Amino acid sequence: MGLLDFFKKIEPDKQKSGFLHTLYDGFFTFLFVPNKRPKNASHVHDHIDLKRTMIFVVYALIPLYIFGMYNVGHQHYLAMGEMTGLTEGLGAKFLYGALKVLPIYVISMVVGLGIEFYFAYKKGHGIEEGYLVTGALIPLIMPASLPYWILVLAIVFAVLIGKEAFGGTGMNVVNVALLARVFVFFAYPTSISGDAVWVSGVDGFTGATPLAMASSGGWTEVISHYTPEQMFWGVIPGSIGETSKPLIILGALFLLLSRIASWRIILGGIIGMSVMGLIFNAFGGSNAYMNVPWYDHFLMGSFLFAISFMATDPVTAASTNRGKWIYGLLIGAIGLVIRVSNPAYPEGWMLAILLLNVFAPLIDYFVLQGNMKKRLKRA
Amino acid sequence: MSIAFLSTNLPFLLAAIFGAMFPILSYVVYGLIGLMALLYIGSIFSQKKPTVNGSGKNVKVLKKGFDIPVKGAPQGEVLAAKTTRFALQPKNFPYIFPIPKVPVKVGDHVHAGDVLFYDRDRPKVKFASPVSGKVIEIQRGAKRSIAEIVVEADGQQSYREVKSINLETISREDLVDFLAENGVWPMINQRPYDVIPALDAVPRDIFVTTFDTAPLAPDASKIIAGKEVAFQGGLDILRKLTSGKVHLGLDGRVAKVSTAFSEAHGVEKHWFAGFHPTGNVGVQIHHIAPIKNGEDIVWTLGVQEVASIGALVTGQKYDASRVVAVGGNQVEKPKYVQTYMGAMMGDLLEGDGQDGRIISGDMLTGEKKQREEFLNYFDNQVTVIGEGDYFEMFGWAMPTKKTPTVSKTYWRGLFPSGKPLDIDANLHGEKRAFVMTGEYERMLPMDIYPQHLMKAIITADYEKMEGLGIHELSEEDIALCEFACTSKQPLQEILRQGLSELYAE
Repeated sequence: MGLLDFFKKIEPDKQKSGFLHTLYDGFFTFLFVPNKRPKNASHVHDHIDLKRTMIFVVYALIPLYIFGMYNVGHQHYLAMGEMTGLTEGLGAKFLYGALKVLPIYVISMVVGLGIEFYFAYKKGHGIEEGYLVTGALIPLIMPASLPYWILVLAIVFAVLIGKEAFGGTGMNVVNVALLARVFVFFAYPTSISGDAVWVSGVDGFTGATPLAMASSGGWTEVISHYTPEQMFWGVIPGSIGETSKPLIILGALFLLLSRIASWRIILGGIIGMSVMGLIFNAFGGSNAYMNVPWYDHFLMGSFLFAISFMATDPVTAASTNRGKWIYGLLIGAIGLVIRVSNPAYPEGWMLAILLLNVFAPLIDYFVLQGNMKKRLKRA
Repeated sequence: MSIAFLSTNLPFLLAAIFGAMFPILSYVVYGLIGLMALLYIGSIFSQKKPTVNGSGKNVKVLKKGFDIPVKGAPQGEVLAAKTTRFALQPKNFPYIFPIPKVPVKVGDHVHAGDVLFYDRDRPKVKFASPVSGKVIEIQRGAKRSIAEIVVEADGQQSYREVKSINLETISREDLVDFLAENGVWPMINQRPYDVIPALDAVPRDIFVTTFDTAPLAPDASKIIAGKEVAFQGGLDILRKLTSGKVHLGLDGRVAKVSTAFSEAHGVEKHWFAGFHPTGNVGVQIHHIAPIKNGEDIVWTLGVQEVASIGALVTGQKYDASRVVAVGGNQVEKPKYVQTYMGAMMGDLLEGDGQDGRIISGDMLTGEKKQREEFLNYFDNQVTVIGEGDYFEMFGWAMPTKKTPTVSKTYWRGLFPSGKPLDIDANLHGEKRAFVMTGEYERMLPMDIYPQHLMKAIITADYEKMEGLGIHELSEEDIALCEFACTSKQPLQEILRQGLSELYAE
């Protein structure tokens, strides 16, 4: 194979130029699965590896990127009062959205992978693929109007403190992408909360998200601005990738089918939020937000995105099957509590997932204790 | 149409086409969602269920695990092999003193059953020559350890004299001495740790599995044919050695098993059905009477080992004859061979399996060997698979592969057909940190959390290791988890490291 020979010829020397070699190794193993074989048992291995696992998550996110680009443009022109029809000026909307979204993606990849490469070189192991997914998730949960320097700061913070400080891929305690968002949320709140940030490129325009409306006037306020169809299909202001429900469902089903996401977490989350929503409906009294019908909470905000792509990160989620149920249920329930009852945080899932990320080892601990106790009882 | 016309109108044209498509895009998305949902439901229903064929029997069905569909299953009658060289390898017994005492010299003539070496720490336990012939080589390994003692068979197969005993009246100590003296004691395996049992230790129970679910494993009814009496004799001896019971694990997947197993008496019979590793004795122990801790000693034996022990009484000879399965996708004529313990790989293969990786044992747990090396002590299987020395372009991105997989990211994993396929030793990736969860649990039909156990071993957390059931496991039980592992972690190595640390304590 010509290409293989070419790549073997240009391999940099590992001793002389370590960083170059790490870089080369990263790209080479991306192009070719190496010829590694085990010395001892087991002599046979499945074809699945971490690259494939990670890239499958990216596949699931691609429709969200395409729709996100369109929607960023659409919201922009809608705010300007031009081309207000959905199909009007598609090219212009896509172009505008692509010019907003692609730089964010490129910055995310360059900054994040750069740090990843450096640490792989320092530690002398291969480049682990975790950031492929993290780096694809970060743009989707940011507003398109986010200044680039804040984005860079957030990624550096999240990757260094959230991941490399704990030992790299597979060792992090909290979800790295969410940590980047939470960094922006607390360090630069005006750039990611309020009504002014969700529509990019139009100064002084406030495009409130359904959540802000529900907070002030309940469901009636929401549907006086947006139809349920609009919210379902996602042609509303919001973060880049978390508005379109059908495409999120499509991606989630894809991950469930390929068994990369855990169905226990997703189903647990849906049940947890539904039950909490029912409780609010039953005891809501005169509070308008509590009286939002429980099923309409699925339409607003980013619950589906968060539970499908954020909560199911296998490294930070609970790792036992029973633990996954508890973890999912609690995310659904706590997230809705934060969303409805805390006006300081317009959306609950970011904090609920981070909270449960921290508690996931504890959940696993109790599940494992149960298993150990059962074993002790036999003795 | 001129270029000028196109360049001015193309953007509008494209926008018009796309705009017209836009309303139907929603139906496309709905269609895709429906398709995904259908595939998901379909893949759940297409999961293979274990075959159960034990009408009227109380069959324990284990749903977890996986039968790796590989080409080259051994078949046909048991053939006589032209095997001439045999070897005992002290390194097959991990915890004995590495430099054993060798009472024979190169050139000595030995009978089958004569001592080839013994452990300096336990001189009573003898390791006996499987055949009669001439000692032709005592190969030394690292640090003057003995790697192997090779005997060239003379073809006569004369036996060392075995005195007759009365099983009814003999005391336990005398029986143990009799077994150790005649070279069959090392055939008994002690769980936990997989060691040769101490002579004075009384096992809580003894477990014998009569079927092997490993890939390309030999059919136990072929192994036992002609040795039914010796097998029952072996069970009778074992019954005298334990304070508890002798448990027999039987194959509930097939309609008929050898009468040697189904009509064995004086033992508890347990029928099991399921995928690999259901045939593993460790899994069966877990479902019959689990090992509680490091001091809870049980013994495990294979079918041929029980028959060898029995033959001491029923045949009055040290019978180390073995039926060996030769298989694998690099073997042209997969077959069964009649030979003796520790035969030379090249003799067993007879020129077959020229390119590929030769493995003593099965492809999940065996040891890589050269043609001039020898079958390991407990192995009754030779596997030859492709070496897998290749670089695969975008290998991680391919939608489908013609190799066995449990991963649902492949079509073959979503809708398994069970059709035998080629396999090779390529790792298909690189080692990574533990990322995915829940993978191992699907491959192990035991109430154990393998991934957490592995992490406990790596962090040397002894209490957690014991609590999570390390004593119930042996390498063969988690070999399938290693096959399925996304992160390519060497689980068997990690487990053995943990067991060794506990054993040393």
